[in-house]
Amino acid sequence: MTQQAPHDDFVVFDRVQKSYDGEILVVKDLNLSIARGEFLTMLGPSGSGKTTCLMMLAGFETATHGDIRLGGNAINNIPPHKRGIGMVFQNYALFPHMTVAENLSFPLEVRNMGKAEREGKITRALDMVQMGAFGGRRPAQLSGGQQQRIALARALVFEPELVLMDEPLGALDKQLRETLQFEITRLAHNLGITVVYVTHDQTEALTMSDRVAVFDDGRIQQLASPDTLYERPENSFVAQFIGENNTLSGTVVELADGKATVRLDSGDVIATTAVNVSAAGDRTLVSVRPERVEYNVERMKPDAFRLQAEVLEFIYMGDIYRTRVRVAGNDDFIIKTRNAPDQRRLKPGETIEIGWLPEDCRALDA
Amino acid sequence: MSALPPYATPGQRVWFYSFRVICGLIFFFLIAPIMVIIPLSFNAQDFFTFTPEMLALKPEGYSLKHYKDFFTNSDWQAALWNSLRIAPMATLLSVSFGTLAAIGLSQTHVPFRRTIMAILISPMIVPLIISAAGMYFFYSRIGLQGTYLGVVLAHAALGIPFVIITVTATLVGFDRSLTRASASLGADPVRTFFKVQMPLILPGVISGGLFAFITSFDEVVVVLFVGSAGQKTLPWQMFTGLREQISPTILAVATILVTVSILLLATVEILRRRSERLRGMSPG
Repeated sequence: MTQQAPHDDFVVFDRVQKSYDGEILVVKDLNLSIARGEFLTMLGPSGSGKTTCLMMLAGFETATHGDIRLGGNAINNIPPHKRGIGMVFQNYALFPHMTVAENLSFPLEVRNMGKAEREGKITRALDMVQMGAFGGRRPAQLSGGQQQRIALARALVFEPELVLMDEPLGALDKQLRETLQFEITRLAHNLGITVVYVTHDQTEALTMSDRVAVFDDGRIQQLASPDTLYERPENSFVAQFIGENNTLSGTVVELADGKATVRLDSGDVIATTAVNVSAAGDRTLVSVRPERVEYNVERMKPDAFRLQAEVLEFIYMGDIYRTRVRVAGNDDFIIKTRNAPDQRRLKPGETIEIGWLPEDCRALDA
Repeated sequence: MSALPPYATPGQRVWFYSFRVICGLIFFFLIAPIMVIIPLSFNAQDFFTFTPEMLALKPEGYSLKHYKDFFTNSDWQAALWNSLRIAPMATLLSVSFGTLAAIGLSQTHVPFRRTIMAILISPMIVPLIISAAGMYFFYSRIGLQGTYLGVVLAHAALGIPFVIITVTATLVGFDRSLTRASASLGADPVRTFFKVQMPLILPGVISGGLFAFITSFDEVVVVLFVGSAGQKTLPWQMFTGLREQISPTILAVATILVTVSILLLATVEILRRRSERLRGMSPG
């Protein structure tokens, strides 16, 4: 789903602001619509306001300004327990004095559901997360990954249309995290629920989401699908935050037709794609992804832009080679190349020619 | 306590043994006066001393007559009945108010929470005789002096600090995201309190309640001021018994009270262990 896709605006943040102390805005003028069935991730460093936004949607924090709407109705004045939104917490928040089945039964008892119906739903929810045999256990007898599966089942068992997840995989090890990432996306799509997911892990955001909202300093810096976000970041914060990125600073010399000619601080003049530079004379940070840089002359495209570089470090990482070079005065320029039979292994001290396509090289705000 | 390491200096050796002697002495001074009472309460004579028959361990030196006196004498029975009417009511009030206060004061947004806490705890710190005199004058003005309700309220005020302290301690380990989780699952604040928060802080509430109960059950100063003859409790009767009759029935009563107290404190300990286990179980 791309940014331009039509929405039926299931969740809407309309000019929402939040301040805890009445002076500093933690969330500044947030506008965001989330479609029914969408998996949207709020990604950002800590203190960027993403968790505050989630808590306002859940009802645990109140918006200082603006409206939050769910299914067309303003929910600012509805207490959390009447919003019918499922929630998964980072520390699982399972009730330690209840068994797994009792934990799942809790939201159903609140809704005055009959015993037979409750049991059916609990069994189905536990099977959904492959924990069918664990109904009688207590949370303390389960591992972290199992506890989070139960927490997920508990948030889904009362069939909410919207589920919020606050860094649910933050406390788990890498392998488990990857398995659960896949399971959560699969469940969300199968059940057709809308998910708002908060994380500071960009890989998680890219692999799981339909759209990602990148937060920094209380604002959404960019809201786009993962591939757009990675390939066409709109500003240097997003470019730096999502994935690995090489930056070269310079000044715009000429600007025409979405192309910018940039004079780097080293004196080299390069052709770039203009993204958010407005006039010749602007300072700019030119961004190039490490995997879009080529040093094998035979593989280089004819219209690639070429530069001299000195190899500083060469790391063999199995599937890829990671080379650190000095180019245009930058000592931290990284090149990632796929490990292939015809690929050359470089030695530190070598002088090589590197190249990239002008469309892979983006002139952003400095 | 580990054994003495082979490299210990003479100074350390001396300290190693004197430390044990000091500990032993402390326990002796704490427990001996109570332990002496227990055999004396089975005295066949109306004395506060060990008779030669008792020392010779002859069966005729021992009897249960003081216990029989306690259970048949109308003065003692009235006092026991009064204590049993006052202590549970005072405990109930202490537990309800103390728990609510502890929960309220654990919220960070409450203004002046430290000051309020200090005021609520003050009956534990202020000398009892001062609280008692203050309560006497205050309750006389509002017509509570010499009434059942007055004594219950006074004892509740004395018990509240214990409940606040134990419940506050349990709340420290309480994970706030549990109440949020409960709300997100659709439970209103009242249901969340009774189904999620209360079961988890229950050990603290119960041990606070036991302390409040024992406080009321053992209390003599305040009841002398605030109560009248109609509210004569067990400790009051024992006090009178000591002053006026010097009857060894007091020893029998004391033994019964010591036993009851030990049983109650053992319950507290079992509950504390349970709470620790539950807290260890709570994730995060």
